[in-house]
Amino acid sequence: MAQLIRSGFSGRVTKSGVLGAARSMSTAWWSHVEPAAKDPILGVTEAFLADPSPNKVNVGVGAYRDDNGKPVVLGCVREAERRIAGNLNMEYLPMGGSVKMVEETLKLAYGENSDLIKDKRIAAVQALSGTGACRLFADFQKRFSPDSQIYIPVPTWSNHHNIWRDANVPQRTFHYYHPESKGLDFASLMDDVKNAPNGSFFLLHACAHNPTGVDPTEEQWKEISYQFKVKGHYALFDMAYQGFASGDPERDAKSIRIFLEDGHLIGCAQSYAKNMGLYGQRVGCLSMVCEDEKQAVAVKSQLQQIARPMYSNPPIHGALVVSIILTDPDLKKLWLKEVKGMADRIIGMRTALRENLEKLGSPLSWEHITKQIGMFCYSGMTPEQVDRLTNEFHIYLTRNGRISMAGVTTGNVGYLANAIHEVTKTA
Amino acid sequence: MHGGKALLSPSSSADRRLSALVRHLEGSSSIVMGSKDSSIAASPTSARNSVFEHILQASEDPILGVTVAYNKDPSPVKLNLGVGAYRTEEGKPLVLNVVRRAEQMLVNDNSRVKEYLPIVGLADFNKLSAKLILGADSPAIQENRVTTVQCLSGTGSLRIGAEFLSRHYNQHIIYIPQPTWGNHPKVFALSGITVKFYRYYDPATRGLDFQGLLEDLGSAPSGAIVLLHACAHNPTGVDPTPQQWEQIRQLMRSKALLPFFDSAYQGFASGNLDSDAHSVRIFVADGGECLVAQSYAKNMGLYGERVGALSIVCRTPDVAGRVESQLKLVIRPMYSNPPLHGASIVARILKDSNMYQEWTVELKAMADRIISMRQKLFDALRNRGTPGDWSHIIKQIGMFTFTGLNRNQVSFMTEEYHIYMTSDGRISMAGLSSKTVPHLADAIHAAVTRLD
Repeated sequence: MAQLIRSGFSGRVTKSGVLGAARSMSTAWWSHVEPAAKDPILGVTEAFLADPSPNKVNVGVGAYRDDNGKPVVLGCVREAERRIAGNLNMEYLPMGGSVKMVEETLKLAYGENSDLIKDKRIAAVQALSGTGACRLFADFQKRFSPDSQIYIPVPTWSNHHNIWRDANVPQRTFHYYHPESKGLDFASLMDDVKNAPNGSFFLLHACAHNPTGVDPTEEQWKEISYQFKVKGHYALFDMAYQGFASGDPERDAKSIRIFLEDGHLIGCAQSYAKNMGLYGQRVGCLSMVCEDEKQAVAVKSQLQQIARPMYSNPPIHGALVVSIILTDPDLKKLWLKEVKGMADRIIGMRTALRENLEKLGSPLSWEHITKQIGMFCYSGMTPEQVDRLTNEFHIYLTRNGRISMAGVTTGNVGYLANAIHEVTKTA
Repeated sequence: MHGGKALLSPSSSADRRLSALVRHLEGSSSIVMGSKDSSIAASPTSARNSVFEHILQASEDPILGVTVAYNKDPSPVKLNLGVGAYRTEEGKPLVLNVVRRAEQMLVNDNSRVKEYLPIVGLADFNKLSAKLILGADSPAIQENRVTTVQCLSGTGSLRIGAEFLSRHYNQHIIYIPQPTWGNHPKVFALSGITVKFYRYYDPATRGLDFQGLLEDLGSAPSGAIVLLHACAHNPTGVDPTPQQWEQIRQLMRSKALLPFFDSAYQGFASGNLDSDAHSVRIFVADGGECLVAQSYAKNMGLYGERVGALSIVCRTPDVAGRVESQLKLVIRPMYSNPPLHGASIVARILKDSNMYQEWTVELKAMADRIISMRQKLFDALRNRGTPGDWSHIIKQIGMFTFTGLNRNQVSFMTEEYHIYMTSDGRISMAGLSSKTVPHLADAIHAAVTRLD
């Protein structure tokens, strides 16, 4: 009230008239806004940060940590940034992003000597990391295949559901994880592929499935590809961990290469968040293989139309880092070495965690810890067991029992194993 | 088609694809094929058929397309007055000294990491951005009634705000000025908000159609959203006076119209950050609610880094908290969290009083250069005796001048004089220099005297 008197309303409109109308309007429309639920993944880190316990362990969000539990900026990245600072300007990128960065990124996914690249058959744009790439695809799918649905594996990264929901694309699920074996439910997966209507859209994790770490074998990928051909399905690969899974980017792209050999016209969302440690820079790429160059130009132009009213053009800094690294042979070599180093450390921690649990005499099988691949381990723990881990042991992870192996260190693996043993020994 | 001999020359792409398929089918006998049906020719995702076959090529963005056309032109005298990116007297892009310093500090700081920002972005950046636009002593800030989220420059801030309003606000209509930045209608339409226009520019006076504006906003339904350019209206450069702003405010509050400010030029218009925020601040001062989209693209020269913020001024802190939580739900499925680099630079500068000072000086220099270009162009046209009243060039403010030239005249200038601008006759003063003003003046003179 007092504020309004100070602001000096003209005599024409009475205080209650203006205030009454404005206040009733605004309390009416703001007041029903409910507090939104916390994001299940990012909320874990928030809770971790708020915990004062000296023993706390964060195995929640999938961000790499070194063996001291510290975030890492890769050496190749530091060097690239030194070259950027003071030397390059900050002009707008084209709507489709950095051409050089996109070119190099396609080589990673499709192969250094890919015919598709030579023939300019790939429509590709820089995107805001993996999330942004998936979202561009989802919006594009809605616009140009408005009656289509998306088949999403169970389980998947929780944000996948949000992305296609916000794009107004209806979702179906397909079997993926087999809880009993803590591996792939291949038979049910194939049934779902066969039973889906011809020409369905499928979201596939190219490698290091998130959250389970369970990937099809090469033979299984070939069967999936064949069945996709028979059914005429469309495959969108979400590849967020190339290089991070096995330590070898070529090997991690195998699923995609199998599909390409079979002539599939795939889509691919790529991210540099993990494999180049560029998390907060938001660097990624969405690509779609087309029948010919003309179609690729058309599709790219349409993807740009979706980006323009979302953010106009993508951020330059991360793209410069990527293109500097990938176009400098020495820096690229360094990167490959550093990525392998990260992957190897994680593989080492998997072994250590499993051995620790076995040494503690756990009645359960922990074989899946070393069979699964990538950043995450789907432990098989229940939400109640997870809650105990958090409340009693200050160990933070998502309630689906997903452990981010990147957060495991030689310093905390014993503590972690002990805690897991405690909450599961009577399971 | 399948299993046959190659009919085309060995190096054709179609043949390469074919060979790969044949190799796979004939070579892999170890795979158990579920169905014996190997007629892959029928499947839509085999080499021949795309599910997106029907897609047409989209037309070029009218603004960004100007630069594309400019780049293709081989003429040595070409001039790009299209996109609003600042250029120096030498026609070069400019990275501010203070930005370079901040950038170097970031690189030299080995303790810096690249972790994900929170969904709402960098906390310091958000607080400082709110202070910048609302004023450090703003009661709304002191009362914790403002939620600010980092977004991808102005576009991103508008889009997040639009999506939020589409989900949570009961009026899905926005009034935007005629004309406006070409991307505005798309941002709102895609968010599911109906776009209507209010009169703004008067071609006869090349100034503000204030009567028309008041009439149109006066007849808008109660509660409708209204987009307001905080200063340096794009594309016209025509701004209301402080008195006119006050009238607009009173009218809008009397009809409970919801203000959504687009502030892309704070400091760039007059050279003074506080003056350029005046319109926003009078609305906040009356205790009412509003949205503000801020961009650092121009005033800090951070264009490609995509740095901006959306602030929503609410009635109470409780509402602001709930609103913020809902903004996060819009952001997460779009890009999860915003980019780190640009926001870090901005926070570094705004936080340090020396760097802040340095910034205001460099910002004023940019604004002053543009003001001097306006004067030079006006003088050049007057000296040539170019018919018409060109005083709007010096009356309009900010990066752009709405010349009043029509499409034919614009095309003529492009074809004959290699001058690139948007077809609505908008020129970016930032693209001019003392050296190029004469060329532009000649072109305008020719266009006006030879065509109508």
